[in-house]
Amino acid sequence: MTDDKLVIAGIEFRSRLWVGTGKYKDFAETKKAIEASGTDVVTVSVRRVNIIDRSKENLLDYIDPRKYKILPNTAGCYTAKDAIRTAMLAAEAGITKLVKLEVIGDDKTLFPDNEALLEATKVLVKEGLIVLPYVSDDPIMAKKLVDLGCPAVMPLAAPIGSGLGIRNPYNIRIIMETVKVPVVVDAGVGTASDVALAMELGCDAVLLNTAIAGARDPIAMAEAMRYGVLAGRLAYRAGRIPKKLYATASSPLEGMIGN
Amino acid sequence: MMITCNGEKKTVPDGITVQGLLEFLKVQQERVAVELNLEIVKKDKFGTTAIKEDDNLEVVSFMQGGS
Repeated sequence: MTDDKLVIAGIEFRSRLWVGTGKYKDFAETKKAIEASGTDVVTVSVRRVNIIDRSKENLLDYIDPRKYKILPNTAGCYTAKDAIRTAMLAAEAGITKLVKLEVIGDDKTLFPDNEALLEATKVLVKEGLIVLPYVSDDPIMAKKLVDLGCPAVMPLAAPIGSGLGIRNPYNIRIIMETVKVPVVVDAGVGTASDVALAMELGCDAVLLNTAIAGARDPIAMAEAMRYGVLAGRLAYRAGRIPKKLYATASSPLEGMIGN
Repeated sequence: MMITCNGEKKTVPDGITVQGLLEFLKVQQERVAVELNLEIVKKDKFGTTAIKEDDNLEVVSFMQGGS
């Protein structure tokens, strides 16, 4: 099965596994995990440059922006105003017009503030940014975001960093039926079977960070996630058998001995 | 003159430009974005945008992060 490309806003993505760069032991481990994951998309945050200690290394010294698509996020922003400001700075830094737009509503769940998300999306789309919104698993919200000009939506599977997996696969399915743009499951997956399930549902990609960075062996987990995504996508495209209550024999009944 | 950069008070030469400040702070200019008193300074204006006493600057770049 070939020719299974993911294209968002004219940008072609080789990998359906997108990974974050937070929570690793160091940049060397980050680099190894990203390589093991086979991804071509990494998310980054937008933060103040350390002007006191310039000897500190920078992530992008390890993750080459010519090799990877850089997806800046607005993590940590609790208002539309802060998210807009951060996204505009990210775009101005000159690597990409892509932004993973997050407006957080609450620090306990890190669930999105959907109202503020719509407000920020409206402004940023007008400014020419390619807005990929982190949104609740709500089909109505997903549709509103697409109507505002988002070329993909990124519904959460479960709270960020929770590792709970896809808590509402039915909503994710309805989102996929509701919007005609790629759906990237973002946040909350815990292990390879979770990403495989997301892909089997028909999602276009999965974005994760903690599930790899927080694993006992992040490099091995990155590889597991890579295969989880590949297996899930292939299974989706192959078309699974329907579930039935009773057995269906897979060996022929003709030619049995003793008849 | 005294300015605030990334939340830190800094003494910098009078009349310095944004580009001059980045050189003064030894900050790599590629991949950074600069805000001067809440307004983004376009990269092609770094060399001609002068900083004044008590100005507030933010110099940001891409750092590790997921969600």
